Amino acid sequence: MARIPYIRYTLSQPPRRRHSTDDPMGPASMLVLTLAAIAFSVIAILISRFVVKGSWNPQKGQAYECGIPTQGQTWIQFQVGYYLFALIFLVFDVELIFLYPWAVVVKEIGWPALVEIVIFLFILFLGFLYAHKVKALTWK
Amino acid sequence: MWSFAQLADTIHEGLQASLPPAWALAAEMTIVGLSAIGLFAMLGLVLVLMERKVSAFMQIRIGPNRVGPAGLLQSFADTLKLLVKEGITPDGVDKFLFNAAPLVAMIAAMLLLAPIAFARDFQIWDLNIGVLYVSAVSSLNVIAILMAGWSSNNKYSLLGAMRSGAQIVSYELSAGLSVLTIVVLAGSLQVSEIVASQADGWWIFKGHVPALMAFVIFLIAATAETNRAPFDMAEAESELTAGFHTEYSGMKFALFFLAEYINVFIVCAIGATLFLGGWMPLHIGHWEAFNHAMDWIPSSLWFFGKTFFLIFVIMWFRWTFPRLRIDQLLDLEWRYLLPIGMVNILLVTLVAILGWHF
Repeated sequence: MARIPYIRYTLSQPPRRRHSTDDPMGPASMLVLTLAAIAFSVIAILISRFVVKGSWNPQKGQAYECGIPTQGQTWIQFQVGYYLFALIFLVFDVELIFLYPWAVVVKEIGWPALVEIVIFLFILFLGFLYAHKVKALTWK
Repeated sequence: MWSFAQLADTIHEGLQASLPPAWALAAEMTIVGLSAIGLFAMLGLVLVLMERKVSAFMQIRIGPNRVGPAGLLQSFADTLKLLVKEGITPDGVDKFLFNAAPLVAMIAAMLLLAPIAFARDFQIWDLNIGVLYVSAVSSLNVIAILMAGWSSNNKYSLLGAMRSGAQIVSYELSAGLSVLTIVVLAGSLQVSEIVASQADGWWIFKGHVPALMAFVIFLIAATAETNRAPFDMAEAESELTAGFHTEYSGMKFALFFLAEYINVFIVCAIGATLFLGGWMPLHIGHWEAFNHAMDWIPSSLWFFGKTFFLIFVIMWFRWTFPRLRIDQLLDLEWRYLLPIGMVNILLVTLVAILGWHF
């Protein structure tokens, strides 16, 4: 794939590709960082567990709400509005994923890319207008 | 000139020379992991202090000034306090999810460090879909918040988590669209390529109106995605106590707190990389002398300067705008930012095809 020519670097040497995709360090870094996060969290929690001399009484185990014993169940039905937003989000998130590969090549393809994306976004925009019309995007 | 890239090279070559390849790789990975942990801890300490100092500055107070010179050691004292606090697991919580949630938040924050270019040629993993990686991994954060809210057996936590979920997924769209404008202009998803494409000027200056609009949308979306005021519905203190982490105490609370601040740093770093050139010094077209003068300032200084400037702006928001209600918050996204973002992406395509950017 042809790259866009940049204006030459003013520094003496251009930047090197230190870590290309075939560098063994690359993909492994996800594992390394995950392990680092787990190690950090677990060590911090363990240290505090060893340092702290805790006490326990029935009041401590209660939910931190209003001071009086909590009423009823917590895991109840919540507003349906959240689901509607999640559904519309899903549509637009998938749209966004389709836009990523398009955005990379749009400069090479030129006008056809623009025409195609106008059609694509127009269809999605119709759906968006419909969502507005049925008041899915209005918080009740 | 001494630089991070040279330091990394020296370590790499030294290890390659003295150890068998597999061991050298393992040693390098250990070093990467340890330095990531070190960066995490440092950023946590610095950002908490910065938040308090900036708040004090905005409200014409002095802020923390007792611990250490000018209060500089205040965050150490805070950390020590959190370390000796008892971590309570209340009755009736879902123990597995309750304990796993801070870990997931930390992992999501830590994984986001991989594609960020901290200095010239200094990056953990320069993968070719760096920008997509960032938007993919940053959405893991929602899962941690929902886990924490759901497992806590507390109505405030549940409400806070639900609100925060709706908010974060909504604003992710705007953030994604504003990131895409720069991808269109730069023609690559690789972080190093995007930075390199700004060698003759940053996108915010080169990209005309669309880049500027995208930058504003990105800042708003970043503030919302990190749950910071004026979009801190998830932990609106006056109505939800502390939102999704109401039931957390001691070190687990500290981990959530840390992950939150690291996320602020990371979205600001991404914003600085895409719009303000990352580690790239301020270059103007063909002004060779000026560009050379700017190159004397180390690239790491440029990167951290820009990032901390954006962090300052986001902290500034907190003391400037009142908190939005949940319906206003979702209206802002779905009625204004998303349509504007979609029009903006068409505008930027036009600009890119016509070659109007500099």
